[in-house]
Amino acid sequence: MLDYVWLVPLFPLLGVIFNTIFGWKLKEKVVGIIGSTTIGLSLLVSILLLLDLLKLPEHHKIFELTLFKWIAAGSFAAEIGFQIDPLSVIMMLVVTGVSFVIHIYSIGYMHGDRGFNRFFIFMNLFVFAMLLLVMANNFLLMFVGWEGVGLCSYLLIGFWYEDNNNADAGKKAFIVNRIGDFGFLLGIFLIFTTFGTIDFTDVFHKAAVNFHVGDGTMVAIALLLFIGAVGKSAQLPLYVWLPDAMAGPTPVSALIHAATMVTAGVYMIARTNVIYTLAPAALMVVAIVGALTAIYAATIGITQFDIKKVLAYSTISQIGYMILACGVGAYSAGIFHLMTHAFFKACLFLGAGSVMHAMSNNTDIRIMGGLRKYMPATFWTFLLATLAISGIPGFSGFFSKDEILWQSFSSSYGNFWLWILGAVAAGITAFYMFRLVFVTFYGKLRADEEIARHVHESPKTMTVSLWILAGLSVIGGFIGIPAIFGGGNRFEHFLEPVFEKSAAIRESAMAVHGYAVEQGHSLEWTLMGIVFAIVLLGIGLAYLMYIKKTDLPGLVSRRIKPVYQLVFNKYYVDEIYNALVVQPIKNVSDYLLWKFVDVKLIDGTVNGTGYLVRFAGRSLRTIQTGFVQNYALVFILGVVLLLLYVVFI
Amino acid sequence: MVGELVPILVLLAVAVVIVAGIIGLTHLFGPKHPDPVKLSPYESGMEPVGEARTRFSIRFYIIAMLFVLFDIEVVFFYPWAVVFKKLLSMGSFILIEMLVFVGLLLVGYLYAWKKGALEWD
Amino acid sequence: MDLSLPVIHIQSIYPQMILVLFAIIVVILPLFVHNLKRELLALISVVGLVLAYFSLINLWGQNLTGFNGMIVGDNFSIAFSIIFLVGAFLAVLLSLNTVENEYLNYSDFYSMLLFALVGLLMMVSSTNLLVIFIGLEILSISLYVLAGIRKMRVDSIEASLKYFLLGAFATGFLLYGIALLYGASGSIDLVEIGKYIQANGFSGTFILAGAAMLLIGLSFKAAFVPFHMWTPDVYQGAPTPVTAFMSAGVKGAALAVLLRFVWTIAPLSKADWTIAIWIIAFLTMTVGNVVAIAQSNVKRMLAYSSIAHAGYLLVGVLAGSQLGQASIMYYLLVYTMMNLGAFGVISYLGNSNKQENLNLRDYRGLGFKHPFAGLAMAIFMFSLAGVPPTGGFVGKFYLFNSAIQAGYLWLVIFGVMNSVISAYYYLRVVVNLYMHEPEKEVAVPKASLGLSFALLIAMVAVLQMGIMSSSYFEFFRQAVIAMP
Repeated sequence: MLDYVWLVPLFPLLGVIFNTIFGWKLKEKVVGIIGSTTIGLSLLVSILLLLDLLKLPEHHKIFELTLFKWIAAGSFAAEIGFQIDPLSVIMMLVVTGVSFVIHIYSIGYMHGDRGFNRFFIFMNLFVFAMLLLVMANNFLLMFVGWEGVGLCSYLLIGFWYEDNNNADAGKKAFIVNRIGDFGFLLGIFLIFTTFGTIDFTDVFHKAAVNFHVGDGTMVAIALLLFIGAVGKSAQLPLYVWLPDAMAGPTPVSALIHAATMVTAGVYMIARTNVIYTLAPAALMVVAIVGALTAIYAATIGITQFDIKKVLAYSTISQIGYMILACGVGAYSAGIFHLMTHAFFKACLFLGAGSVMHAMSNNTDIRIMGGLRKYMPATFWTFLLATLAISGIPGFSGFFSKDEILWQSFSSSYGNFWLWILGAVAAGITAFYMFRLVFVTFYGKLRADEEIARHVHESPKTMTVSLWILAGLSVIGGFIGIPAIFGGGNRFEHFLEPVFEKSAAIRESAMAVHGYAVEQGHSLEWTLMGIVFAIVLLGIGLAYLMYIKKTDLPGLVSRRIKPVYQLVFNKYYVDEIYNALVVQPIKNVSDYLLWKFVDVKLIDGTVNGTGYLVRFAGRSLRTIQTGFVQNYALVFILGVVLLLLYVVFI
Repeated sequence: MVGELVPILVLLAVAVVIVAGIIGLTHLFGPKHPDPVKLSPYESGMEPVGEARTRFSIRFYIIAMLFVLFDIEVVFFYPWAVVFKKLLSMGSFILIEMLVFVGLLLVGYLYAWKKGALEWD
Repeated sequence: MDLSLPVIHIQSIYPQMILVLFAIIVVILPLFVHNLKRELLALISVVGLVLAYFSLINLWGQNLTGFNGMIVGDNFSIAFSIIFLVGAFLAVLLSLNTVENEYLNYSDFYSMLLFALVGLLMMVSSTNLLVIFIGLEILSISLYVLAGIRKMRVDSIEASLKYFLLGAFATGFLLYGIALLYGASGSIDLVEIGKYIQANGFSGTFILAGAAMLLIGLSFKAAFVPFHMWTPDVYQGAPTPVTAFMSAGVKGAALAVLLRFVWTIAPLSKADWTIAIWIIAFLTMTVGNVVAIAQSNVKRMLAYSSIAHAGYLLVGVLAGSQLGQASIMYYLLVYTMMNLGAFGVISYLGNSNKQENLNLRDYRGLGFKHPFAGLAMAIFMFSLAGVPPTGGFVGKFYLFNSAIQAGYLWLVIFGVMNSVISAYYYLRVVVNLYMHEPEKEVAVPKASLGLSFALLIAMVAVLQMGIMSSSYFEFFRQAVIAMP
């Protein structure tokens, strides 16, 4: 089967080609089925690949296939070739699996949209590009996939281009991403000039053999690549595009801006783990950026009223965790969280899509409420996913998040401060997620008559997808139960061959410094307990604020008072809480972090650069007067300068 | 050195004599019915005195261009004619070369003719 | 007087002869046979192009020199000639889409196009400065006519006149440069001048000034900053197929001569000389891209973009290696394809009887109304911006790679930054095509078969060169000038 690995990206590409040529004439259903089936076939092949890979001997779980030579210039050569190892297989499974489910969901969600065919073409194209990214065996092909997913993301954010804001959001995403890509590209240049090759296997082999820990070139490469990761994975300070990217259709937010594309940065760091391990300084930067992003985005999440915006900031925060994991050298933990996050965040987004579907495309949670009764399937799946993201023991998010937090404390790169940032962020996560659940699904519906009349559960194609993802959110963590629970962490074990070079480098480095990493289980239990307590505190606070106090007047005379008074009271309680508890935090996050740092400082810088270039363009343009005399004058000026320079200097 | 220049001097003298003779003879025998147009110096049909920036028919340009073109071609004939005999002994290449040249000229002539460049109206 | 015929090797100019012959047929035939359709004239031109192509292929690898060394039929010249042929071929196809009678006379148009091509071929297939100069003049005069061939339009005439005036101005410098080089070295052949410089060093006012003047003359043709001022006006005013042909062809020929010049005359070892080219390349890239951002007329925007692309190509010259040469040829071919393609879409969408729809706003929503043209435009724009997997990306990669290997890291960094800037305005076209509602009803007549065909070819080529580049690159690697 391994020889047929090229089938995996081929199927989505065929879908693109077929729907581009014939899709415009076909019925929605046919287009949707073709779009989904191609991804399903890729998923099937990926599963078969996994089975094949499992059969390979312990330390040779790697397979390379070169299709043909792509670019060959002098000493430089790039191939169209794939590298299949545990890491890429996991990514392939996540990508094809999640997108298969989301494609099915989209058949229902996009029903009746006049861009139905276009949507499926772009989505298939995205899957194709994402598969290239994770399957490539060299940096250049990876970069192609990297640019490809960026392009699809851009096209899909601006999918409903009729609204100017959407098109602008698409543009913003693309431009911010280009900043990251610039760093990534420079990193690739530097890799080529350093190693003389861009093939993964060769580069990592040469890096491990020829360079020692702390080498300046390695640090430079690692940092440049990290700039790319920061852009794509929406980390501080380049995260600004992601909240805007929610302008796209919800399945797009679920697939591209939550489950797969935005995690490409994490994949890239994990893929180049050897280089990062050789550059502890860069790792520290990575860890700090990750931890700060995790808590920063989480605090903003509290203040948002747009259901998709909350999830967007949550995504930024969760990717912060993955980056943090990579930064403390716990690559497999990062990938583990990437996978579980793909499940529960896709589920949350699709749930949000389902809610929007019911609410006539409104996203403001202030007009929602009580939806539990109207759409039970959406509610239950959303709740399961929320439990997973909050890190309730037993759910998938718990295992992966706990692993990251433990590593951020105990790893030789970790320390207490990283841990506390992560732990507090976990509490805030639980708080805002449950706030979302309580406000959206509990209480009474606050929408106006017109909208309220149309509230309904979503069609089967959508709820089935929700249940699949919710199921995965619950059980997805069991493949990686840490040793502390007696699980032996099969997931980490499976990934070991990918990171064995890094492990060896670390061991030899530690042997020099005489650093001991072994920490007792009792400490791990304690930390886990503390985190769990913080999470419970977050949930409790949310419960207190959005359920308990709302019902406080109701305790006295629950079913007697009119509905509007309940609503009014809730509003009142919110005010008090705001003033006493939330406001100080909110002020900081809202006015300082969001309105100032986010909107003014970072947006301003990005827009300002664009403005500067345009200003330069406008002023240079005025030289172009249209008079031949002036043209000749400029010409002569050039002549004089050039002659002076060449002849006399 | 000086001896080489003698034929040129002779040529110069002959030219002066012929030109002076012709002008003198026409002056002697030509009928004279002067009017203002006839008395004005010849300027290819233009008013000799007046504003420099006047509009005049674009056809003058076309005629002038054709003149320059076909006149200059003759200059190319000359060096060719000088070595013609010598090179002809080495093969017909020199002949073909000039035929190509004349052929190209002919194409230009045809074009000018068919486009109506040779007619005033 | 001792006379002998030089070694002629007449077959070394078969391509030029074929083209001249067909140019004559195209211009003479309609004089005798009336009411010839322009499609037939185009067909005749294409036949000429195809024959010329085969005669070029025939010369491949023979390394013929003809006319006593005045014509050099090396692979270098053949590779460039083929690129120009492709450009002319596409331009002929594009011209079929213009409004009937817009050019007043299609036979003139096609014959001038073929003559311009002859000029290009002459320029690249000689090391003799005078032959190069004659080629340049054949090219320039044809282009002056072509730029103004829409006689009834003021902007077209303005373009033609501006191009002519400034062109004559620049030609003066070129000629002066040739004279100075001749005065200093006693030869008008680049190889001989090269030998002189090898012996006496790249120094002395005459040699240096001559080289600089030559550079100036060529810079004008290739539209390097600050000799680029004519470009936007001329590109905007000239008929679209002509603009397309000019932007790729003339640039290519000027670069080919510059490459020969740099390779045989001025070894890039003299630091000042390199820095001058470095600065010109940097300015050309930057000015082109930055000003392009401020444009709202698509054709004018592409004119500035073409200046920027001249800058990218100059980076390859600076590399001064065989890798750089092959990269330039590769990029030039890609550029020919994507640029002619983009201009093709412009001439298609702007093809209306009353006015050309050239403003960015006119393109709003056209992507869905005309899916084929929209898709093609998107691909060309992505390629121009250098987004993989298009040929534009691979081409830029080759160019920058060759410059990096020659040690010009900073120039490459600026180049990459420039291509980031350029993404902004290229993608703006795509945004307008796909992400805005049309503001007004833009009437676009049916595309002619020729245009659709040209777009298809260009599109497939751009993608193919992006995905399977190595076979193309290997071909161009055989076409580099050998080490002196």
